[in-house]
Amino acid sequence: MENTLIEVKNLEKYFEVSSGLFSRNKAIVKAVDGISFNIPFGSSLGLVGQSGCGKTTTARALSLLDPKTGGDINFYNTETSSMQSIDELEGEELKKFRRNIQMIFQDPYESLNPRWNIKDIILEPLNIHNIGDLKDREEAVYEILKTVGLTPPENYMPRYPHELSGGQRQRVSIARTLIMKPKFVVCDEPTSMLDVSIRISIMDLMLNLAKDLEVSYLYITHDLAVARYMCDRIAVMFNGKIVEIAETEDLLNNPIHPYTKRLISSIPIPDPSHKRETYEVNFQELDSLIADNPNSGEMIEVSSNHFVATHDVKGIL
Amino acid sequence: MSNEKDIAKSIRRAALKKNWRLFRRSKLGMIGLYIVIFFFFLSILQPILFVTGVWNKGVYDPVVGYSEQFQEFLVVECPTEYPTEKYKNRSDCPGRTEVNVRTLYYSDAEVGDYIIQNLQPAPPSSEHILGTDSLGRDVFSQIMEGSQVAFVLGLLSATLGVGISTILGTIAAFFGGKIDAYLMRQSDLILMLPTLPLLFIISAFAELQVWHLAVVLGTIGGLGGSVITIKSQALQVKVKPFVDSARITGGSQMNILFSHVLPNVAPLALLFMVFSVTGAIASESVLSFLGLLNIDMSWGLMIYLAQVEGFIFSGMKFWWLILPAGLSVTFLTGGFYLVGRGLDEVFNPRLRDR
Repeated sequence: MENTLIEVKNLEKYFEVSSGLFSRNKAIVKAVDGISFNIPFGSSLGLVGQSGCGKTTTARALSLLDPKTGGDINFYNTETSSMQSIDELEGEELKKFRRNIQMIFQDPYESLNPRWNIKDIILEPLNIHNIGDLKDREEAVYEILKTVGLTPPENYMPRYPHELSGGQRQRVSIARTLIMKPKFVVCDEPTSMLDVSIRISIMDLMLNLAKDLEVSYLYITHDLAVARYMCDRIAVMFNGKIVEIAETEDLLNNPIHPYTKRLISSIPIPDPSHKRETYEVNFQELDSLIADNPNSGEMIEVSSNHFVATHDVKGIL
Repeated sequence: MSNEKDIAKSIRRAALKKNWRLFRRSKLGMIGLYIVIFFFFLSILQPILFVTGVWNKGVYDPVVGYSEQFQEFLVVECPTEYPTEKYKNRSDCPGRTEVNVRTLYYSDAEVGDYIIQNLQPAPPSSEHILGTDSLGRDVFSQIMEGSQVAFVLGLLSATLGVGISTILGTIAAFFGGKIDAYLMRQSDLILMLPTLPLLFIISAFAELQVWHLAVVLGTIGGLGGSVITIKSQALQVKVKPFVDSARITGGSQMNILFSHVLPNVAPLALLFMVFSVTGAIASESVLSFLGLLNIDMSWGLMIYLAQVEGFIFSGMKFWWLILPAGLSVTFLTGGFYLVGRGLDEVFNPRLRDR
């Protein structure tokens, strides 16, 4: 595929949990267990699922923060115009490669160093990678602050994070991630800690920036409405596996996997007289079904670009 | 860009002002600060008095000075049985300006005569506001010298100790694994060692001078419990998203350690520093009170001299030999402790409301 930016194949992240100092048997937690997806240039993928299903672990593995324990992550290398596995990168190459991937964190209160002012925070990536001289860097900070809507920039540059509101801080985080002109940004619930009135303006900002700077997002959320607003495609995760992945509207209108159905049926509708019909799923049964099926990592295409995990399709098709 | 610099300056000033306001709100902290400033003033006043010539070095030097204190005494004969009309019990005779004829075996003065004698230790007078000690040295000047020693020793050992514990604690938190295990066991071991008996042994083998003591106290303090506390703080900082964010961007370990983790444990380290000054001053006093320190003059030594010459047992009759030095130790250590409490209110996120 020519236009694929990032390709994930059977990504695995296992954690070892030792039960005692001298005990030999170690339990293994399969936080992410063989997930595969790819993201084309300029398109964004939403990752939804319940708490603890491995969304954030996926994000941390993709942003090269924690080493993965298995599988492949391939990234489109613009210099050689071919896909390159991140395993091949080391040392200086890896550092250079890191410019391409950035991450926006959930908590705007914790993701900025409280002892640095805004200018230093945004300058940090440029300083680490030694891009341009001091004047260029300051100009870049000035421009990016204007871009994210913190104007006039000279009023914000000397301030400290605790002097800004949550929304302003999240704008600073966005400015910080975008100053390196990355191709791929992992967003770990960037709007979930903001209040509702600010949320939409931050999401609009991110959408506009994605269009202007040709950035692809992996957008992690458990709010389907947010995912619908932000993403071209949505992947539904359950217990470390992707159970369904499709175009946004297709997935929301025509869910196939029982877990997806359950998720969509639980969206609240602001109508007091509305009688909700929740789709009931026996999670334990579903869990054992996935665990027992040796081919549970495999997906089959039910309609164009709509993939569902195989383990349950037998009952439906 | 000058506009931006001005704003930066005003913001820094505002932050400083805010911290100062938070500190001022704690009354104990302010009391401590006044005490510390008072003693600091004392310690810099002495050299000024010597240089400007207000004080003669021969008379007022805390170690080799000598001040003649001649006074007239009435020769009396103490009775063998008490109470009498003039004296209620044995300790009243001879009185402050009297001398017993029976102790004047080197003189042929008789009862009712006035003789002139050198009075040491002399009580406070306008010349010596805290009197003199048994060798005719000015006590006030000794107090000033003692506060110089206390400041030098306290600040030196605290800086050294906190420097060591901050670096080791941060390294332990940041690299973890075997380094962490080693450093933690080491500080457990040092925490277990009783400091004062250890210092006795060291001073038995080596002649301890003030800066030796500062290094020893600083090292013991720096490798001990404060490493554990600093490590726990650094562990909290290490998992903050801004550290992850620097790592994603490609910051090296050292870069993250020095620009993110260290600045965020610095306030706690400062707090430790203020508290460890207290311990250092107290240890110095104990050591010189026991005569184990090779030092010219200090508060502990003043009490030591008063004790070995027997003045400590005469009640409050020779109070100027004991009280000023004892109170100085108490107040300065207390003052530093209170300043620490005040700073705690500024830096400790649990106590802070802003």
